[in-house]
Amino acid sequence: MEQFFATLGIWLGAIFTFAIFSFLYKDNPFYKTAEQIFVGLSAGYWFVYTVFSILIPNLYDPLIQNFSVNWIKIIPAILGIMMLMRLIPKTEWISRFPISVVIGTTSGVFFLRYLKSDVLNQLTATMINPFVGESWVMVVGKIMLIVGTISGVIYFYFSKKHTGALGVSAKIGIYFLMVSFGAAFGYTAMARISLLIGRLQFLLGDWLGIIQP
Amino acid sequence: MGKTKQLDRRWLFLLIFLGVALPLIFSIGLPLETTKNVQMVYDLVDSMPKGSKALISFDYDPASMPELHPMAKAVVKHCFDKEIDLIFTAMWPMGVKMADDIIDQLIEDYPDLEYGENYVNLGFKAGGMITIQSMGKNFREVFPKDMNGNSIDELPIMDGINNFSNIGFIFSLSAGAPGIKEWVQIAHDAYNRPTSGGCTGVSAPAMLPYINEQHQLTGLLAGLKAAAEYEVLIQTPGTATSGMDAQSIAHLIIIIFIAVGNINYWRNKRKEKKGGK
Amino acid sequence: MKRKIPLLITFTVGIILIISEFIPHKPFGQLSGELEIWFLIISGFAILLGQLSLFKVNIIKIRYKQHDWQFYIVTLASFVVMVALGFLWGTGRSAGLLGHGEVITNTLGYKPFDYLFNNIYQHLQATMFSLLAFFIASAAYRAFIGRTVESNLLLASAVLVMLGNTTFGSLLTGWLPESLNFLHLPKVSEFIMTFPTTAGQRAIMIGAGLGIIGSSLRIILGIERSYLGGE
Repeated sequence: MEQFFATLGIWLGAIFTFAIFSFLYKDNPFYKTAEQIFVGLSAGYWFVYTVFSILIPNLYDPLIQNFSVNWIKIIPAILGIMMLMRLIPKTEWISRFPISVVIGTTSGVFFLRYLKSDVLNQLTATMINPFVGESWVMVVGKIMLIVGTISGVIYFYFSKKHTGALGVSAKIGIYFLMVSFGAAFGYTAMARISLLIGRLQFLLGDWLGIIQP
Repeated sequence: MGKTKQLDRRWLFLLIFLGVALPLIFSIGLPLETTKNVQMVYDLVDSMPKGSKALISFDYDPASMPELHPMAKAVVKHCFDKEIDLIFTAMWPMGVKMADDIIDQLIEDYPDLEYGENYVNLGFKAGGMITIQSMGKNFREVFPKDMNGNSIDELPIMDGINNFSNIGFIFSLSAGAPGIKEWVQIAHDAYNRPTSGGCTGVSAPAMLPYINEQHQLTGLLAGLKAAAEYEVLIQTPGTATSGMDAQSIAHLIIIIFIAVGNINYWRNKRKEKKGGK
Repeated sequence: MKRKIPLLITFTVGIILIISEFIPHKPFGQLSGELEIWFLIISGFAILLGQLSLFKVNIIKIRYKQHDWQFYIVTLASFVVMVALGFLWGTGRSAGLLGHGEVITNTLGYKPFDYLFNNIYQHLQATMFSLLAFFIASAAYRAFIGRTVESNLLLASAVLVMLGNTTFGSLLTGWLPESLNFLHLPKVSEFIMTFPTTAGQRAIMIGAGLGIIGSSLRIILGIERSYLGGE
């Protein structure tokens, strides 16, 4: 019986794969049905895992098992229920309180972390000596890294018109940004093709058995 | 542009489909070279002493499985070979299932490994960067239980884990946010733990600035090619290696599409100019 | 009051978290630790809100027989089935309300929730995203034209990186002598990624980082209030 359901599972996977692929020919009811099943299953999965992974171990269990120590968790529980008030238009304003806690926490942490990791550390990483050791290719590369970073940051300075020296630096910055976008496209193409490879490995391997997984 | 302009894009789709399917069936087996960033990840794992602990965060879902699952399997296998104890977490809800799948695929080859002693799956937590920061302060309050409901006080692998200090390195398999960026910002920059990761090709360029003199990120596995390179390094070819031929042919087809598109454009422009004259 | 108190909460919470970075001792360290746990719990409720909202929106579409309303019945049915199976028999090694469901698990080979995930959901999501491979190829043919210096740079960089990401890159330039090793396609691709791409991405990162710092300060100080919504 288990073998039957295992085989059925692979066939279900293949059927739904083709239902989605059918969109490439034309939009059709099979694709629409498969799409809505995907949405429903996804929402159901998130719902179940949120309850089992967060609400039970981090809220319910501490309150039930040791209320005298964990009583303060009543506050996020109340805030959470206030969040659900957003579903009813008349009580939507109540959800502003938990949202403000979330936004305040996020803003405070983001302010610190982005300042350190994405600004200060990146500026430090650009302050390198490009002429130290290694080959001439690395020296050229490091010079490009310094020039590219500075000119790229200059490009994003829009408070002054890009003319004169500022304009030339911004232009160099744009060139570096274009190279980086091209490289990003190359990697994006690789990523997208990989997803198709994965699907075909399933269809040709697990379903048809033509290739070895 | 004439005839070519009217080319139905469904013919392009068919070409891509065949370009990927045929090399999977008729394997070519072209060689692969290791790149610096992949070598850095390998060296980080290889340098860990036996019995040290690592945290692997599965921050992806089935959409990114073709790229991230092979590298997850390769890195976890490498860790098991080096007898590194592994703590699995997930910042994406489906990451839990991804971790479970990797364990199921590998555990038969390692019969001596015991759940709770050599590896544990702590499950999913929402909250991204805030939750990771909370883990760095009070790990046990964020994860009071593992994904099966066992108290972490009962799991030997979690002895002494109150924050990130007793964790050798952190490795995030990331398809977006929360992912490598958040782990770098907290685990490395706030708590000074070596941090590495594997990501999809789409996110890879944005992670590159973290590979720097401060070692915010110790190497990076970027996409299917890096997964294949890692499989070669650990001498265990898998789905990534077998997909590289198809990858190569598909890229060639896209480059040809770009070339044909450009040739058609410039030919048409010249015709318009001549027609205008 | 409906706006002033939330603004005050945002300010207080934000300031506590910033101060706790510099004064990690009591009370700021404890307060920030507690707030982070509260954030985790509230996030859980926020996720539930999203799913319940989806439920509500689909009910409305079915009730008022909007365009393609029949398909939304499928959405709701899938949602209800997945939630029911998850709560009744659990997932993986965790039990549901009716235990582990050994009989059904032995029949299917998995718990029902896991069976649906492994054999339907996983394939649906993976295929949905794999459609992008076709669209990127089509877009490359139609839109990737080198008209200006900037677009030519973009094109050249994309082609070199794509070639370097394939095994053909090694083959095409493998014959080059050691002195010209820097022209070996995988090395060219690696150079492009390590230097000009990193420079461009670093510039974007610094710019975006400064933007986020500015936005965070504006939110904490109550200058930015759009998150509160309407009146």
